Amino acid sequence: MDRLLQMNIEELGDLLRKREVSSLELTHFYLDRIKKYDNTLHTYIKVTEEEALKMAKSADERLSKGEEGKLLGIPIGLKDILCTVGIETTCASKILKGFIPPYDATVVNLLKKEGFVLLGKLNMDEFAMGSSTENSAFMVTKNPWDIERIPGGSSGGSASATAAALCVASLGTDTGGSIRQPAGFCGTVGMKPTYGRVSRYGLIAFASSLDQIGPITRTVYDCAAMMNVISGYDPFDSTSIPVKAPDYTEVLGRDIKGMRIGIPKEYFIEGIEPDVRESVMKGVTLLERQGASVIEISLPHSEYAVATYYIVCTAEASSNLARYDGVKYGLRIDGKDIIDMYKKTRSMGFGKEVKRRIILGTYVLSSGYYDAYYRKAGQVRTLIRGDFEKAFNICDVIVTPVSPTTAFKVGEKIDDPLTMYLSDIFTIPVNLAGLPAMSVPCGFDRNGLPIGLQIIGKALDEETMIKTAYVLESELKLKKIPEEFL
Amino acid sequence: MKITREEIEYIGHLSRLELSPEEVEMYTLQVGRILEYMEKLKTLNTEGVVSTSHAMPIKATIRDDGVSPSFTIEESLSNAPDRFGAFFRVPPIIEVDE
Repeated sequence: MDRLLQMNIEELGDLLRKREVSSLELTHFYLDRIKKYDNTLHTYIKVTEEEALKMAKSADERLSKGEEGKLLGIPIGLKDILCTVGIETTCASKILKGFIPPYDATVVNLLKKEGFVLLGKLNMDEFAMGSSTENSAFMVTKNPWDIERIPGGSSGGSASATAAALCVASLGTDTGGSIRQPAGFCGTVGMKPTYGRVSRYGLIAFASSLDQIGPITRTVYDCAAMMNVISGYDPFDSTSIPVKAPDYTEVLGRDIKGMRIGIPKEYFIEGIEPDVRESVMKGVTLLERQGASVIEISLPHSEYAVATYYIVCTAEASSNLARYDGVKYGLRIDGKDIIDMYKKTRSMGFGKEVKRRIILGTYVLSSGYYDAYYRKAGQVRTLIRGDFEKAFNICDVIVTPVSPTTAFKVGEKIDDPLTMYLSDIFTIPVNLAGLPAMSVPCGFDRNGLPIGLQIIGKALDEETMIKTAYVLESELKLKKIPEEFL
Repeated sequence: MKITREEIEYIGHLSRLELSPEEVEMYTLQVGRILEYMEKLKTLNTEGVVSTSHAMPIKATIRDDGVSPSFTIEESLSNAPDRFGAFFRVPPIIEVDE
């Protein structure tokens, strides 16, 4: 059965269609792996065994009838921020403990139509606020490459489970790097699509102008295959872009001759670990050898991105999270009157980081401070977008490190929020500009920890990124699953 | 210091959060540091720059005004912490003198 671990979605699909393995067998194989390894890694908040077996049986029936489905019988994990009908969805928060959504997120609906098998709901930073998954109200997820280290965040459960093969693939969400940073720290492929490419309906909102759903996978092929299922217009999301998504697997294997790669000089700064710099530049050289040309570009407003982001995202969060008041769903703690009930419920239900961001967001929007913070941030956001627009006049993709460092130790940054925020310095500008970006493994540091290379694309041009990532993956042939989990 | 204890307490009230003295202490320090870091935006001249509120310039979409299925009352109330018939029940909001 272990050969199954090395197979991508296409190869598994072939095997399933030929009936060499059943979806039930494949699902049991993954459930057994979760039982064996998740006591160490803590990636799943909830394993939906019963549901998984039911879905696998139904997939097998469909397969035996010769029915098609892009993910028919494939076991997948979902970040616990995506609503699943009848299955508890917590956002890793005490305030949503016991919440059973009466509907599926659009992406979940799409996965179901293609016949996927739901293995369970994956751990994350509470309400997707964090860069280490240490802000989960329930447990701390570990990095499979070194269990003393964090997997990154906020989609740390998705990245760790995918890297250790506790699912074939997973979905995460990315507001300031929450797919790409953990994907990079865990040696997996992560994609944050163009804002509006994937419907946000049923994604529990953190910062609505920045949030996007995307896949975390072990291979570039699987990333493209997952994108094929989740992309496209959805009338239930008013910011969904009304264009048809292409077949992302079509560009796999195409050459990159003549492609212009932009390297922003502002991103190779002090504070970036030498191993990270070296590994990313080696990746760039490799792409050059395949026929791409390299141009130095400038994104002069990059240094303002983190400050801008923490104004925009906390402002939006303070508004989005006002809905947790103990009235309609989730936790309620009784008080002497309704205001007291709101206060007690929210104080008991939210964790430290969520409260910190609500306070910050309320402050920057409060009377007398709005112009100095929120309005200013909106303007700087325009300048950051402008930087990218100019850069893309002279290049086709931009390549940077995903993070300045590799995975840090559990507890290392948790008491220092500003330092934690700065670990997303290379991923944040992309969300502010609404662009697509990918994290693809490009090597390991001296401690054997994975290093991620970020590819940023033009709006709606995920294909060029996927093509580039595939060239890199094919040339590097890196180890995907850590020894201990084989 | 960028923010005082009193301001954190007031913002806590606006955010409907009950903060313990330890939390007030911690957030005064941490939020203060973060706001200090945000000061760097002030060094940037943004006069005349239009503000971006959404990354993608998409027009607001308006759907046809047709009837389509929505959640039933039971579905909508299925997670209610407290209910009374077809309603969410909450503590009294308007006090009535008896």
